[in-house]
Amino acid sequence: MKLHRHTAVLVACSALAFGVTACGGDDDETAGGTTESADTQNLSGSIRIDGSSTVQPVAEAASELFQETAPNVQITVGGAGTGDGFERFCRGEIVIADASRAIEADEYEKCKAKDIDPVEVQVGIDGLSVVANNSLEFPDNCISTENLKKLLAPKSKVANYKELGEGFPDQDASFFTPGTESGTYDYFTEAVLETDAEQRTNKVQTSADDNQIVTGITGTEGALGYVGFAFAEENKDKLKILSVDGGDGCIEPKIETIADGTYAPLSRPLFMYPTTKTAAQPEVKAFINFILENNQKVNESAGYVPLTDELKATATQNLESATPVEAPAAE
Amino acid sequence: MAVAETDIARKVVQRASSGERSRDLLFRSSLMLCLFIAVIFLGVLLVDVAADGVGFLSLEFLTSFPSRIDPQSSGIQSALLGTLYLMGLCALFIVPIGVASAVYLEEYADNERWYNRLIEVNIQNLASVPSVVYGILGLAFIVRGPIDIFGLGVGQPTLLAGALTLGLLVLPVVIIVSREAIRAVPPSIREGSLALGATQWQTIWKQVLPGALPGVATGVILALSRAIGETAPLILVGAAAFQRFNPTLDGQFSALPIQIFNNVGEPAGVFRDLAAATIIVLLVILLLMNSAAIMLRNRYEQKW
Amino acid sequence: MPPGQRPGGITRVRTRRSVGEQAIKGLLAAAAVLSVLTTTGIVVTLVVESVPFFEIVAIGDFFFGTDWAPLAGGEQQSFGVVPLIWSTLYLTGVGLLVAIPVGLGVGVYLAEYASPRVRRTLKPIVETLAGIPTIVFGYFALTFFTPEILKGFLGLEVSVFNGLSAGIILGILVLPTIASVSEDAMSAVPQSLREGAFGLGAAKWQVVVRVVFPAALSGIVAALVLGASRAIGETVVILVAAGNNPNLTFDLTTAHQTMAAFIANTARSDVAAGSIAFATIFVVGLTLFVLTFAVNIVAIRFVRRYRQVYD
Repeated sequence: MKLHRHTAVLVACSALAFGVTACGGDDDETAGGTTESADTQNLSGSIRIDGSSTVQPVAEAASELFQETAPNVQITVGGAGTGDGFERFCRGEIVIADASRAIEADEYEKCKAKDIDPVEVQVGIDGLSVVANNSLEFPDNCISTENLKKLLAPKSKVANYKELGEGFPDQDASFFTPGTESGTYDYFTEAVLETDAEQRTNKVQTSADDNQIVTGITGTEGALGYVGFAFAEENKDKLKILSVDGGDGCIEPKIETIADGTYAPLSRPLFMYPTTKTAAQPEVKAFINFILENNQKVNESAGYVPLTDELKATATQNLESATPVEAPAAE
Repeated sequence: MAVAETDIARKVVQRASSGERSRDLLFRSSLMLCLFIAVIFLGVLLVDVAADGVGFLSLEFLTSFPSRIDPQSSGIQSALLGTLYLMGLCALFIVPIGVASAVYLEEYADNERWYNRLIEVNIQNLASVPSVVYGILGLAFIVRGPIDIFGLGVGQPTLLAGALTLGLLVLPVVIIVSREAIRAVPPSIREGSLALGATQWQTIWKQVLPGALPGVATGVILALSRAIGETAPLILVGAAAFQRFNPTLDGQFSALPIQIFNNVGEPAGVFRDLAAATIIVLLVILLLMNSAAIMLRNRYEQKW
Repeated sequence: MPPGQRPGGITRVRTRRSVGEQAIKGLLAAAAVLSVLTTTGIVVTLVVESVPFFEIVAIGDFFFGTDWAPLAGGEQQSFGVVPLIWSTLYLTGVGLLVAIPVGLGVGVYLAEYASPRVRRTLKPIVETLAGIPTIVFGYFALTFFTPEILKGFLGLEVSVFNGLSAGIILGILVLPTIASVSEDAMSAVPQSLREGAFGLGAAKWQVVVRVVFPAALSGIVAALVLGASRAIGETVVILVAAGNNPNLTFDLTTAHQTMAAFIANTARSDVAAGSIAFATIFVVGLTLFVLTFAVNIVAIRFVRRYRQVYD
């Protein structure tokens, strides 16, 4: 009897859902429209995407927009982490792996062992914002990469910001950053600190979630840290977003500066990896092409930065020719 | 039991005089304080959640699919169905297996045997394994084989796989609590039944289990309460975080806790409110689910 | 009753009926054996993935090292698991310090003092606490309990991520289990015992503490075991409220990382699968498993001896 009742609920819900979607209520909100190829309506199949939770919003936004032009393609998006994503990818369990970093040697080996050739397609750009507690008054609201290095280098002992020099506030230093398991951490330590995943540990509190880092920084006087661009933007009334001087002057993190690369070195690529085989499947190719063609809208909805024309061309080229990615250098 | 009673009697006879009243009151007050603390925490948590989420609750919310493009119109239909399926399947799994194990351990097993003690230690230990590890176990053995359930394509997570993984996670709770419930049934009941010529199994089925039903219900309530909110095992088994179509028994599925977890990690505040609304729905489902068990518990409870 | 004997364990003559009985016993035993299979599965998975780890990292470094930074690079990388073990035991301890008295208090109140109607309403309400997703508890700790209660109301000097908040909220999380199961156990104690004690002139609290409690001991212990197990394996509350940094310290005002939290965090991170860093998930999982196994064996033995006194 329980099953009957559940079936009834299921039928009712499906009927309601059918009614809601059939009325096409939501489509009007996606103003601006999307470009589509003529015969996407006939595409069918299912695409399973998993991997980085950073890239997940891109996949989600894309799958939702794509559904309007290709309603018979069923796409699911998971967020088990870049590592788990590649693991499933290299076993042939998923069609596309989301990644916030390039595939690594270990993972590449596993793929090759199962005869799987990953194709690297960049789908967007994420910026890293350096943020500070509202009480922190830095000169010009700017910090140079040199100073970031001084503060967060593995052996750093800076206890007060005034040690950085003239104009810096007399405040005890404390930091909130992503943890060692995070791709953001890896990127920051490589790009800014120029170390191999090494960062200062004393006076640094790490957290798994950017929201928590924001909570930490807003709640601690004199705190400094870095989070994803979207998180900084969302909270700009609660904390200070610092401009970063990477050698060419203080640049504020904005969509334009991240896209054209002037906000350097704190912008990183977001990837989706199909395999050489899946990239040839019509629905998969159409889907990834859709992301590239509608790159601005997709990235905007996801809170990231769209590709430059140059990057887009490379990505499209990779996809079209299903070029397998080069074997990454072994550590 | 007789020995225990006189023993207790001896201890209890030392009573003071009127100081007893005030000590009684003190004791009672401190107990009420405990209850107060528990209820206050619950209240604050619920108010916190409800305040943020109540704005999103509507029929549309229940019948729409999640949306990233337009969060205001986001809904939880696919995840809701996923959770309902999961809980149904999970209950079907843990109730018979849990009660059967408890019956075996309490009524049949000779506790001096090493293998029975091993089982006992095992069950107790399994209750402390983090849910993530169950996820890893489910992925390795249920989704990927060697126990590839229903062979629906290796590595494809199915509702059944998810339900079984959750079931394994909470099974120790059902077993441990059911054991206690069975143990609490007075031996006189069993002895009377056996004396009248019933077999051991008849005694258990007709006398012991009905007597233990309230306790078993508590175990199931606690187990399902745990299972409904678990994210990690489902994510590791391969459940989707974002799915804009309804789940089928042999296909991809999502679940409410995954939606919650996802949304909580988003920068934009609207997602946090969505998460709060989802939590409210989850709690309502939990209450409905538990109410069946609670009704059974209330009906069959008895003082020995 | 002699220990180890259960009522009904009487030997019988083999008849057709008793063969059916044997079959039922077999089925039931099979259900119980599932737990052993689960454990085997867990152990096999964990051990297989841990082997490559120990080929690279010395066992001594792992078990006795006091610096845990497996995912850092270069010189900073270190595999000493002691801080994790310490924080696990420490925070679980704090949690139980809250959960056991309050949980038992609630259980006793509901079983002995509340009227049946009150009990029927309040018990499910307390059990609802058990169903609230752990992430709610975690964020409650981070965004309300730490700033408003610990820093605001109590004026303590804690950092945003601290072990005290995590520990206390962990206790609240575990409390309903302890309350509900111990309440069941105490309710099941036969009235005759209470009446006998009252008849001898005992005050109510004496009846509860000296009569009901010992009689319900088995169930109360089960409640505590379930509570402790839940606390030790909890991940999300710790991750959100106590941060991500392992700290080998008594100081509860700073961040802590427990074994379970580490596993949950790393398993869903960007760490490359197949790397040594990934393998740490399984190694720490195995360590936790062995640790809880050892604790459970000791606990069961202790309880069995204690229980014999009262049976």
